[in-house]
Amino acid sequence: MTALVNVEEKLFQNRYKIDAGRPHIQIKDPDLCKNRCRAQACTYVCPAACYKTEGNGAVTLITDGCLECGSCRIICQDLANVQWEYPRGGHGVLFKFG
Amino acid sequence: MKERFDAIVVGAGPSGNAAAYTMARAGLKVLQIERGESPGSKNVQGAILYSDALERIIPDFRDDAPLERHIIEQRMWVLDDRSFVGTHFRSDDYNKPPFNRYTIIRAQFDRWFSQKVRDAGAMLICETTVEHLLMDGGRVVGVHCDRLGGDVMADVVVMADGVNSTLARKAGFHPEIPAQNVALAVKEILFLPEETIQSRFNVGEEEGVVIEMIGKITEGLVGTGFLYTNKDSLTIGVGCILDDFKNNPQRTAPYAMLERMKRHPSIAPLIEGGDMKEYCAHLIPEGGFFAVPRVHGDGWLIVGDSGGFVNAAHREGSNLAMTTGRLAAETIIEARKEGWPMTAATLKGYKDRIDDSFVMKDLHKYRHLPAVLEKSPQFFSTYPELVNRAAQTMFTVDGGDKASKEREIRSSFRASRSLMGLMTDAYRLWRATR
Repeated sequence: MTALVNVEEKLFQNRYKIDAGRPHIQIKDPDLCKNRCRAQACTYVCPAACYKTEGNGAVTLITDGCLECGSCRIICQDLANVQWEYPRGGHGVLFKFG
Repeated sequence: MKERFDAIVVGAGPSGNAAAYTMARAGLKVLQIERGESPGSKNVQGAILYSDALERIIPDFRDDAPLERHIIEQRMWVLDDRSFVGTHFRSDDYNKPPFNRYTIIRAQFDRWFSQKVRDAGAMLICETTVEHLLMDGGRVVGVHCDRLGGDVMADVVVMADGVNSTLARKAGFHPEIPAQNVALAVKEILFLPEETIQSRFNVGEEEGVVIEMIGKITEGLVGTGFLYTNKDSLTIGVGCILDDFKNNPQRTAPYAMLERMKRHPSIAPLIEGGDMKEYCAHLIPEGGFFAVPRVHGDGWLIVGDSGGFVNAAHREGSNLAMTTGRLAAETIIEARKEGWPMTAATLKGYKDRIDDSFVMKDLHKYRHLPAVLEKSPQFFSTYPELVNRAAQTMFTVDGGDKASKEREIRSSFRASRSLMGLMTDAYRLWRATR
């Protein structure tokens, strides 16, 4: 089912002001994701699919499509491996309708 | 910024706007700080506006507020994969002004509300993220922003910074939100001609319908779906407890769940041809009564989603947000008038006010519901399936006699859930909602 849904197409409808080079969310220690986290729930829970599993078991994060919901930070409380801030003022997603 | 304020309000959603407006009208020197490029640009809601809470703040809001449709019909659907059993409540009484509730589009509504706040005399600064509170010992004395030269001081800070409650969390006023206590919801807005919406939903101009749904659409996760009619658009969304999304062995992404829901044979014809213009996601604090943190202290108050003020059972949030914002403002106004310092003891007046209002009374009434639902996924999978199968059995005319059909339905319930299980579920649900 998931394969049929192209979330990029959905995100393409949104307006963003990207803060280039200053991601507001970061993975603190990539080794923790790779070696200590079996579920890697962020890779399917994130509603903007910002987290991706790589072939080698690593998790990568690209925040450009982020909807600023906070889910990734909350589901990662055991390892607390998500450094989460809001984007700088005026940056990030800018909802037209909300 | 060298200027000092009577109060700083962080956030320009319904709770922050209610607080800033009420204080500015009373003559307080108010600074409101919003991280979006304009108020509303970071805010997401279904969205239903309940008139009463806003009327108590701006009695004549209907004169110029951007309202979509007033609701004349409420539908509740329990869905199986290919069917639904539903109740509809429609009344012409809901067509008599003043209307009880409306669909709204938050980006437009919040901008309108914010203009009222500025007209009342508050200073608004946008595109500015508050990074943390400024403390003097255990007392909040201001905020630190990523602009304005950093620090701004005030007698009291009202945190209306939304569900993530970033400021209070960083200050250590309360811990991180457990994943069991928030729902993750995703939604889309789909544009359609007004006349198409009116004929599909059997309503006239400016009349609207809301559909709330439970059942197989959430794949057994604790959650609900919704479909709301705006003027020339529909809002469709689905939300489930975040912990359920995380622990779902199917690893279903929220957007995949939404996409599947849109293809349900009872839903697809209603939204067909809709032009999707935006996709949003948002957390909803659904922990209820026991999840509300301490919401006042020396120099600070928490209002709206940031304090977990959502009545999940009734899908109410923005009215609790506006009410807590207003009550926080009234507490501060009274303290100033009496010359009391903005200490925890003074600001406890806010807690007393919300305890005495529908906000905490309603949360208290449903205090056991989150725990019951967490332990009862059958309400979201087994029962919807059984109810739909029962309806299909009774309504299908196939030469079988009705008494045998009834026996078949009864045994299908018992096969899926023991008699004891059925009775326990009924009792627990009754206790949690009585």
